[in-house]
This record gives sequence, C-alpha cells and structure tokens, in this order.
Amino acid sequence: MSESENDSEIVKDFLVESYENLDRLDRDLVGLEKNPKDKAALAGVFRTIHTIKGTCGFLGFNKLEKVAHVGENLLTRLRDGQLTLNPERTTGLLGMVDAVRQMLKEIQSTGQDGEVDYPELREILTRLQSPVAGDAGITAGADAPPGSPAQADSKPAAKAGNASSSPKGDAIPAPVEAAATKQEEVAAAQPAREAKPRDTPQETIRVGVNVLDKLMTLVGELVLARNQLLQISNTIEDTGLQAVSQRMNLIATELQSEVMKTRMQPIGNIWGQFPRTVRDVALGCGKEVNIEMEGKETELDKTIIEAIKDPLTHLVRNSVDHGIELPKDRVKWGKDPTGRLILRAFHEGGQVNIEISDDGAGLNVERIYQKAIERGLITAEQAARMSEREIFNLIFLPGFSTAEKVTNVSGRGVGMDVVKTNVEKIGGTVDVQSTLGKGTTVRVKIPLTLAIIPALVVTCGGERYAIPQVSLLELVRLEADEVAKGIELVHGAPVHRLRGRLLPLVYLNQELKLTSDADVSAETDRAVNIVVLQADERQFGLVVDHINDTEEIVVKPLRKQLKTVKTFAGSSIMGDGKVALILDVLGLAQRARVVSETRDRALTEKVTESAAATDKQTFLLFSGPGDSRMAIPLSTLARLEEFPVAQVEMSGSQWVTQYRGQILTLIRLEVVLEERRNRLRALQAPPAADSGPIQVLVLHHEGRSFGLVVDRILDIVEDRADVKSAATRASVLYSVVIGDRVTELLDIPAILRSADSSAKQPALATRSAEVAN
Amino acid sequence: MAHTSQFCTFYLDKLLFGVELKGVQEVIRSLDMTKVPLAPGVVSGLMNLRGQIVTAVDLRRRLELEPRAAGVPAMNVVVRSDDGAISLLVDEIGDVVEVEQDTFEPPPETLRGSVRTIILGVHKLDDRLMHVLDIEKACQMTDVAETAAAGR
Repeated sequence: MSESENDSEIVKDFLVESYENLDRLDRDLVGLEKNPKDKAALAGVFRTIHTIKGTCGFLGFNKLEKVAHVGENLLTRLRDGQLTLNPERTTGLLGMVDAVRQMLKEIQSTGQDGEVDYPELREILTRLQSPVAGDAGITAGADAPPGSPAQADSKPAAKAGNASSSPKGDAIPAPVEAAATKQEEVAAAQPAREAKPRDTPQETIRVGVNVLDKLMTLVGELVLARNQLLQISNTIEDTGLQAVSQRMNLIATELQSEVMKTRMQPIGNIWGQFPRTVRDVALGCGKEVNIEMEGKETELDKTIIEAIKDPLTHLVRNSVDHGIELPKDRVKWGKDPTGRLILRAFHEGGQVNIEISDDGAGLNVERIYQKAIERGLITAEQAARMSEREIFNLIFLPGFSTAEKVTNVSGRGVGMDVVKTNVEKIGGTVDVQSTLGKGTTVRVKIPLTLAIIPALVVTCGGERYAIPQVSLLELVRLEADEVAKGIELVHGAPVHRLRGRLLPLVYLNQELKLTSDADVSAETDRAVNIVVLQADERQFGLVVDHINDTEEIVVKPLRKQLKTVKTFAGSSIMGDGKVALILDVLGLAQRARVVSETRDRALTEKVTESAAATDKQTFLLFSGPGDSRMAIPLSTLARLEEFPVAQVEMSGSQWVTQYRGQILTLIRLEVVLEERRNRLRALQAPPAADSGPIQVLVLHHEGRSFGLVVDRILDIVEDRADVKSAATRASVLYSVVIGDRVTELLDIPAILRSADSSAKQPALATRSAEVAN
Repeated sequence: MAHTSQFCTFYLDKLLFGVELKGVQEVIRSLDMTKVPLAPGVVSGLMNLRGQIVTAVDLRRRLELEPRAAGVPAMNVVVRSDDGAISLLVDEIGDVVEVEQDTFEPPPETLRGSVRTIILGVHKLDDRLMHVLDIEKACQMTDVAETAAAGR
C-alpha cells in the first residue's frame, strides 16, 4: 500500500512541476520565435521537455513520453542549429505543449495518460524536422506501439541515445555530439526533477494555500488577543507587564504584515501566458501584434490574482481581435504594420491599476451608439445626452458587440459585461478610454487584497457595520438645527442637496429593518450622519446613527446560510472580539432601489441624471492674493494641509517645509502672480512670525510635489465652467464663471515654470541649498 | 459486540435530542452574538469562536418549536458541517449516551413538515425517546431561505 501512496505523491509532484514548466514553455517559445538565435532559451526549452519526457518514462506514462519525445527530437535539431525556428515549427511545438498539458490533466483526474497518443501531432512534428539526419530514433519512437507500463521502464534505454532519461547524460545522439555545449552537459547532468527556472535560482519551498489561510486566521486571532492584552496592561500599573505587552504588540504587527506578504503574488504570474494568447489570436486573424508589459512585479493578493485572470485574458484577446487592425489597414493609416499591445500594472492609492492599451482602430462612438440603439439598450433620446465616455462604457452592457463578424475569439457579445461583473465582484472598476484611429485603453482598478481592507465602521441600531472604503466618497453631518432644511422630500423620498445636486438618502435602519430607534431619523431633533457612497456610478447618502472610525478589517466570507442576504459582503472581527458585518454597497443600493437590479435600468437613470452632469468638472475654490477668487481642478489636488509659520524654512529665497519625510517647495501665489519687477523684493521675505498658520494645497505635477500657499480655502464646487474669457495675467489659464462669480483658473504648469525660474533668478542666494526634488 | 454509537444529547423545549458525537466540535456557553438583519429567521447571528466566525442556528426555530423565553441564555453545540463550523443553539446540554443500533426507529409517518427532513428518527432509551438530528440538513438554509424570500 505504502508503495502506491509513494507513487501517487511522486505523480502529484510531477504534475505540479510539469504545469509550471509548461507555462514557462509557452512564454519561452513565443520569445524564441522573435529571437530564434537565443541559444540559452532554446537550451532551457529543450531541458524542460527532456525533464518531462524523462520523468514520465520513469512513471510509466508512455503515451505522454512519446509525444514529448518527438518534440524533443525537433528541439534537438533546433538547438544544434541544424534547423531554425519558424512560425510553423513554433506552432508545432506549442501544439505539443497543449497535448502534454491535456495529458497531464488526464493523469490528474484518472491517474492514466489517456487513450489518445496524438498521431497527427507527432507526424507533424516529425515532418517539421526535415532535413533528415538521424531520424531512425524518431521513427522508432513514433512508431512504437503504445506499450504497457511494464514495458515503459525498458523503453528509454532501448531507444536511440537521445531518448535517455538516465541522469548520467552520456547518451547524446551522434549528430549532436560535436556541437554539444557546456550548457547541455550541465542540463543533462542535473537530476531530472530539479530543473529550475533559469532566471530565478531562488530558494523556495512549496506551502499549501490552506496552510497560509490558517496562518492568516491565527494571526488575526493573535492580533485580537494582543488588543485585549494591551487594554489590560493599561489598567494595571506594572512596568514589566507593559514592556512585555509593548513588545508583543510590535511582534504581532510585524508578523501580520509578513503573513500578508506570503499571500502576495506578482501579477507577472498570470501575464506570463499572455504572449502565447496574443500570438495565437493574432495568428488566427492574420495580425501582427507585439505585447509589452510594464510592472510585472506589481503584487496582488492570491485570491485577487485568480479572480482577475479570466477578465484580463478576455480583455487581451479582445484588444487583439477587435482593437488592432490588419497589417494592410495599419499601413494604410500610416502605422507600423505590427500592432502594439501594452499591459501596465501599478499601485495607486491603495489600489492596483491594470491598463490594457492597444494602438489599434479605437472605438467608434457613432457605431457604438447606433448599435446600442439598434439593440434597444438605450433610446436615441438618451444617447443624444450621453458623453463620449459614457458611450464608450456602453460596451460593458450585456448583449453588446460591435464586431462586424463574430469570430471564434470574441464578438459574441457575452464578453465585456462578464468582465465588468467579475471585476466588480472583487470590488474593482473597469473604465474604457479610446481615441478613434489611435487606440483603446481599458483600465481595471482593483483592491490590493480582499483579505484585509480599510473600512469605515458605523453604528446603526446598536450594531456595528463596516463599509469598504473604496465605495466611500465623503461624510456629511447635518447638525440638529440643519436637519429640517438639509433633508427635503421628493414625493416622499428623502434627498439632500449636496453642492447643488440632489443626493438620494437611504436610511440604514429602515433598509435592514432594524427596530431600535427607527423613525427618530425622520424627525428633526437629532444630528444626521450621512455617508456618501458610490455604487455602480450612482451616488447615494446612507444615513446611520453614528460614525465610529476607519479601521483595517480582516474580511471573512459569510457561510452559505447567509449567502442569500445580498446586503452583506462578509463579516469581520472587531477589536473587542465582537463580529461586525461588512455592508455590500452595491447590494444595499439595489435593495434600496438606488440602482436597479438590471444594468439597463441603471443606465437609464444614470442618463437622465447625467444630462446635467455632462462635462461638469470639480474645482477647488480659494482666495488668492488681494482677495481674488481662484480655482484649480480638483483632480490636480493631492491634499490640503495647514502648516504653522514656524515650520516654514527658507531655502535660498524659496519657502520650503518638511512634509512626510521630504522637502516640499512652497509656492506663494503673490510671488508668482506679481509683476516681474516687484518679484525680487517680495522673494526675500520669510513669512511674518506672528501670522497664523498657512493654508497649503499640495499638488502633484509630473511626478513632483509642491505646495501652493493660498489665503483661504473656500469650497469645492462642481460646475460646467463654460463661460470663459482670456486670462488677464500670466499663470492664469483663463477666467471662468464658477458658481455665478468670475474666477481665475490657475495654469499649474505655468506656475511651476515661473516658480522654478524665480527660484533660480537671484543667483547670489545660496545656490547649494536650493532644493531640487 | 453490537454496533453502538455515541450521541451528544441536549434539550429543546423539554424534548431530548441527539447528534452523533463525532460531528460535534465542542460545547460552549453563550457568546456575544451579532445579529444579521434580513437573514432567515433561523439564523440567530454570528459569533466569534476564537477567531473563526461561526453562524448560530436557532434549533427551536428550525424545528418550529416555541421561541425561547427572553433572558434565558442558550447553549451552543458547535458542529462541523461541510461548510465549516456551525453552532446549534439549544436550551440545555444532556449527557453523552451510547446507544445500540437496534434501538433506532425511523420517525412515524404522522411526523410532517420540514421537521421530518431534519429528524432522522428516534432511539428508544430506557426512560424516553431521543430524537436524532441530521446535522447537514439542520444547517441547510436553502429551503427556509427560499420560503422567507417568497414571503417577502
């Protein structure tokens, strides 16, 4: 018995290892096709196949061995430079990889390598290795009848030398001998099952995912125990205990972050197969596509990696199939006949952005909207009011496809909506941007991890609920005396005017049918807390009893008994050991009918609403020098800060301050906007020591941060800002009417240039101290 | 030797119930419970059992018995189901009894309703009957949830 168990262990190891090797093969082969001279890569491919072949000979999977064997023969010739790799041969080899993968699956489920031994494939592979030299071995291998496992052991030895699976590595076929390089000797001398990726000779061990999950649970528990310990140690006056609990605190925190790391994987793991996908699709539709990848090392939680694999694959296929044009069309448009597909991944604001861009034909607004009307997805009237971006996003509607012909790759209209649904399921968003004739970019934003998320904890009806921070827009508090004015009714439905727009209000206690202090909220004797949330591009205000705090929470899924409750996304254990539920914002919004259950209707609502919102921009209003009203687009703003004057230091003539471990250049508007002749004088002055704290807008521009000193921050407004007139002074883009008053819209790049030049102008000032960040 | 099995017993509304001991993870006193709004009525809430979130099923409701009197703390029989641990809320814990296979009888035909699917049968003990519960079925919420949803 133990022997067969041993065997199955070996088979399992073999499978795991072979799957990994095959994935690498896909990548390497496609890479080789581009650069057929890469000897090292070829040797690597050869080695991988050789390992698989050798091991399955040993384990008695002789059909699998046979397929690998022909492939190996072809590879031998390629490696020795007798043949060169052309697309036909690559296809043959990739076909072999697929066949091997298929057989591995068979072995995994049945323990046998299946009935099929792929005679056609072997024939093709054999044919591909013309000119003749040394095909005795091949024909022997190819023609051998499927043998019993008992025979298999003797077979490798019986065959011509190149079939040898023995680790001795002395049996190199005659034609090869002369060309045999050091590499091969190393390869052959290596025990078969130790073949490692060439590029990463790291030390690793395989650990089951369940072990990692268990570790994660235990760490969560440890963190809770630590919290309790800290509470107790604070009440007991014992320095010894306090020291220990402090140390415990640090260790637990560090342990938690390390355990989290074990679940992180680079996104390159799933991107690895895309070159193959792209190649296959491109070949299938007669296109030439180069794939480029940036940010392969960007790490994501394992569960997320798995969840986005299919959506990403679909997007990539889509780009090649629909996005990039045929070579002759590309030439006609004056483009390189080879299309570019760029995958980018990067971290931003606690989320991971993944962009899939192509330089193809781009989306045709006209066609999309005609198609959408034709399919009855929107009405002509709605379409007329939609912005370009909204029209692009119509492609995510179920049943939408503009591809003129349905290919076997895409165009059946089931793709993009599934992509959107899957991405949203893990709390992500999809957005598409496109320029006709230039290309399309699909941007997927997803959270870093599902296991631990930042959340806002609120109380309602005596229980706590966690709201994932990704859906959170802002918090609004209406004091008791403002409630009557702040909450209005539209035919019974409560709304709040938020910066001039109506925000539908949802009372959490009513939605959850909490009995507690219901209806109090409808009355007006208490302050009302509104959590402004975003669900499916629709905003709504959630009224809760109390807003507690933001916390990092460990997400635990709900058991199947509660799966039917769509309002909750999961549960989590709070610091005091009690369980709190995590609200599913989309589910809640659907329940409250803020967004309707089918997307079509959601869109209709959105359209009516967006008619007013089209082309609106959000601005930050502030007063600049001389009480003038100024604005910048909110999108350029990183943070609002207030610094006491004492923190402002002088670097040359420049105001600077220390901010988050960096030196932040402070730009004074009065200096920038001042007439040139007055500038020098104004520059030299440090801030008056007795003045109050300065208000600073921290902006990011082209990778650098700087602070803009303003007099007073006024408001954040949303406006069309379409009444414009030319600027009256430098550093101002133009004057616009925002909120019925003339406001100067600042030209940030110009301000930066001006600040740079003015900083350099007084050359007498200590140049060395100048900050160059 | 006759085939015997061990049962963990407990009381619900004075009735004696038993679940197979090997399916029981532990028996604990009541823990802090977090209510789940909108959940099927038989789900009492969620508990934190040493870092594991456990769903508590009120067996009285599941078996369509009178609700437990207010202020009486329930006991938790934590059982292992194929979907992780589930806590069954019961009134009182009884002994562990060892019964022989031949004292078992399927439920009488007169037992109707959803209860019939949960009660496998009874063991005839010396002084009383012990109802044998099907743990998997007792933890299954689908039928109940559907009726709850339909009633909405």
